[in-house]
Amino acid sequence: MKLHRINALLFRHLYLIMRSFPRLMDIFFWPVLDLLLWGFLSLYIAKLQLNGVNLVTVLLGSIILWGIFHQAQQAISVAFLEEVWEKNLLNIFVTPLTVWEFLMSTLLLGAVKIILAASVLAVLGWFLYAFNLFSLGFALIPFLANLLVFGWVIGLFTMAIILRFGTSAQVLAFGFVILIQPFSAVFYPVSALPHAIQFISYLIPSTYVFEGMRTVITTGVTPIDSILWAGVANLIYLALVMIFFYGMFNWVKKKGLLLKLD
Amino acid sequence: MKNSVIEVKNLAKNFGKVPAVKGISFDVYEGEICGLLGPNGAGKTTTIQMILDLITPTAGTIKIFGKQMKGHREEILGAMNFSSPYVSLPGNLKVIENLKTFARLYGVKDIKGKIAELAAFFDIKDFLGKMTSNLSTGQLARLNLAKALLNDPKLLLLDEPTSSLDPDIADRTRQMLLKIRDERKVTMLYTSHNMAEVEEICDRVIFISHGEVKDEGTPAALIAKYGKQDLNDVFLHIARETM
Repeated sequence: MKLHRINALLFRHLYLIMRSFPRLMDIFFWPVLDLLLWGFLSLYIAKLQLNGVNLVTVLLGSIILWGIFHQAQQAISVAFLEEVWEKNLLNIFVTPLTVWEFLMSTLLLGAVKIILAASVLAVLGWFLYAFNLFSLGFALIPFLANLLVFGWVIGLFTMAIILRFGTSAQVLAFGFVILIQPFSAVFYPVSALPHAIQFISYLIPSTYVFEGMRTVITTGVTPIDSILWAGVANLIYLALVMIFFYGMFNWVKKKGLLLKLD
Repeated sequence: MKNSVIEVKNLAKNFGKVPAVKGISFDVYEGEICGLLGPNGAGKTTTIQMILDLITPTAGTIKIFGKQMKGHREEILGAMNFSSPYVSLPGNLKVIENLKTFARLYGVKDIKGKIAELAAFFDIKDFLGKMTSNLSTGQLARLNLAKALLNDPKLLLLDEPTSSLDPDIADRTRQMLLKIRDERKVTMLYTSHNMAEVEEICDRVIFISHGEVKDEGTPAALIAKYGKQDLNDVFLHIARETM
């Protein structure tokens, strides 16, 4: 694994992001839009005094963490799609770049974007709603780390599917994460879901993060068990999805489809 | 004895039940420009893509610089490069950004110096700051060649490098390739459908048809062997003979 090659692909995407206002905005647009939409709704609900004092904080925390997770996933899926749209996969894979280096650069790009998105959301949350993301304390770090890794997992999975089926599957890059949202207990606890599908929620690492976040906000206790479950599940999924991507890459090479990807 | 830069032995590729390449063997020797010729669907592109490790062969071996790709991929790909007008560089990057990206991918030490050297060689200095999507076909061809020389390759795979170029730019490109071969001692595997061009530039040619090697030799020797006027007639003879 060579740093200069990972660096090369990172810069390749940063050139685009720094020059293109729409691309730069894409990092912030949806998370900020969600924050505005749900944030103001939360304020309205609070005024109605339908719930306890923590409702707004819980919703805002959910919105911000969801936005970060969404960005982590989309960042790497879209970075991959950029190469497909530009038909650049041949160019980069006739260099000594390995699949692992390609994946590593994509994951790091996701990390860079998540830092940018998190910073903007934290600042906006503070200014607009007096919500301090750092009130989650130490737990914020493992929460963000777990969301980042699970975003990578979903991103790599959609990359592998796009590799197999071409751009006809690109809708997954933008929509797959939405499919997870209802089961991930983002805006309501797992207990609100029908009992029969609660087990699906517990298979999703982000569920533990959102449940954990609510525990921190409502009780002030850091739920170590939730963090560990999310971490273990993420590591297993990350290993599996990397093997899946590698297998799909080799399958595509065998079928001669790498250059026909469109 | 000539040194083989590429050694292909019994190379085969099936796509499902369809054989695209049927156990071909050939060598490309150090310092030569070797033409890989054949009609559409002959198996040239599949062969080149197997050499580039973009397609996994069904059977056979490929050695480059005496080594197989497995276990030596980084070393081999670091010492070769590829250029094709059909595979353009990202249009949404500036020319300089594309060159920097690929220089980094190849681990070029003096990126600035290397780009300046190639920009002068290919006369692309004036449009380094332009978006790649805004380049003309001729400019793109020169940019592709500049990218292909960033890592000072010992082996260059060129897939129809002059197709879609006007006669003037095509001629300049050929002269440039001969200059590269002579000055930098680069071995080239060259595909083209322009037989006059192949006669002019290639030291040796390999004819492929229906996934098999039909013949090989110097253009002059093949013209003499088949009793034809030129390589174009030889091409037609071989292509039609095997239909």
